[in-house]
Amino acid sequence: MTSATGILGLRFMLLLLAQVVICNNINFFGFINPYIYIVFIFLFPIRDSRINLLLISFLLGIMVDIFSDSGGVHAAASVVLAYSRPLFLKASFGMLYEHQSVKFSNTDIGSLFGYVLLGTLVHHFVLFLLEVFNIYDIILILKKTLFSSIFTIILSVLIIILFSRNKK
Amino acid sequence: MQQIINFVIRNKTFLLFLLLFSVSLALTIQSHSYHRSKFINSANSLTGGVYGTFNSIGKYFNLKDKNEKLAEENRHLRMQLLKHREPNDSTFIDSSLFEATYKIVTAQVYKNSYALTNNFLMLNKGKKDSIKQDFGVISSKGIIGIIDNTSKSYATVLSILNTNSRINARLKGTNHLGTLKWNGKSPYFSQLVDVSKFAPVKIGDTIETGGQSAIFPRGIGIGTINKFETDISGDTYNIEVKLFNDMTNLGTVYIIENTDRNEIRALQNTIDD
Repeated sequence: MTSATGILGLRFMLLLLAQVVICNNINFFGFINPYIYIVFIFLFPIRDSRINLLLISFLLGIMVDIFSDSGGVHAAASVVLAYSRPLFLKASFGMLYEHQSVKFSNTDIGSLFGYVLLGTLVHHFVLFLLEVFNIYDIILILKKTLFSSIFTIILSVLIIILFSRNKK
Repeated sequence: MQQIINFVIRNKTFLLFLLLFSVSLALTIQSHSYHRSKFINSANSLTGGVYGTFNSIGKYFNLKDKNEKLAEENRHLRMQLLKHREPNDSTFIDSSLFEATYKIVTAQVYKNSYALTNNFLMLNKGKKDSIKQDFGVISSKGIIGIIDNTSKSYATVLSILNTNSRINARLKGTNHLGTLKWNGKSPYFSQLVDVSKFAPVKIGDTIETGGQSAIFPRGIGIGTINKFETDISGDTYNIEVKLFNDMTNLGTVYIIENTDRNEIRALQNTIDD
């Protein structure tokens, strides 16, 4: 139990640091940044309670907000993602999730990709909706959501595959 | 009573979600009003320490670029020096008339952002260097923003690339004033609105600070006119300004303090009353 908590804590710190120090400064084409810290929410143990997940996601979001001076937009988006995570799990893993036996370390790439895709799109849409905070700029919001999502999805899937799949 | 408790227990996940979401929403809304982002900002020792560490690594990578900028600025200052030396040679100057109204402090940019719609910078100077809210921040090329929050040794800057930023500006050489805003799109362009339609607006003309507020002195460069159009009402111009500063690449900046600020504020308050 303690080692699992330790790994979670370490993952929290590392993803937060990587986000604020590296990913916030990429600015690909001037405005595209990946938001890889949500990998933490994707990989949070499924059997742990949802209350814990909500609280930790809020904490993670607010930390990113403090570092990037963005009010509470990351916290809001993370909480939405954390709350709606079971939906995405059900949609992409189906029966496997019903039986509480999803293991991110040995699922097939297709389901994993679908799961990350759905979650990232929702997270980024809420994020940019609140960040731009003007419904008349919906085109800008959708544009940012689309491009950043592509970036985030690729990086997230890579990170999940690289760091948490069992070595064969 | 029992039913209420049961309801709370049954929906505790949803209620917690609602609570956390409203807290974040409140913080977001609060951050959209000027000088209200009191709790969530990067002017604290934790973020300062992290950004400071990584800045000290990262700064070696663009030393060459910084050197060129400094050399360019030296050249510019030397030219100004030469220009001013000649005519003043034989005139008597009463030094009390030239007492400095502005104090300048240099600072390093620890964090810069320009891809969001509300961008903030973080500098490595704070309260202990007597930096306060509402001081102006400029670079060698032009204006950057206004100090927003300060902690002991760090300060956050409301960048001109922030949709909440409003800066008084004018056309160089005239007294036609406008308000500089940002529409959140390109970090290289800013928008000057409310310029009277009688102003002689030409593409390529320089825009500079208007000196109507106590924050920036008059005549600090902002940018050049890229294109302009008349407002829907037809009474004012909306001008797109190409910024002198490359806001995506900032190293050393200068913080300007207007020592007469309190006096000006006090005077303005008496008018308001």
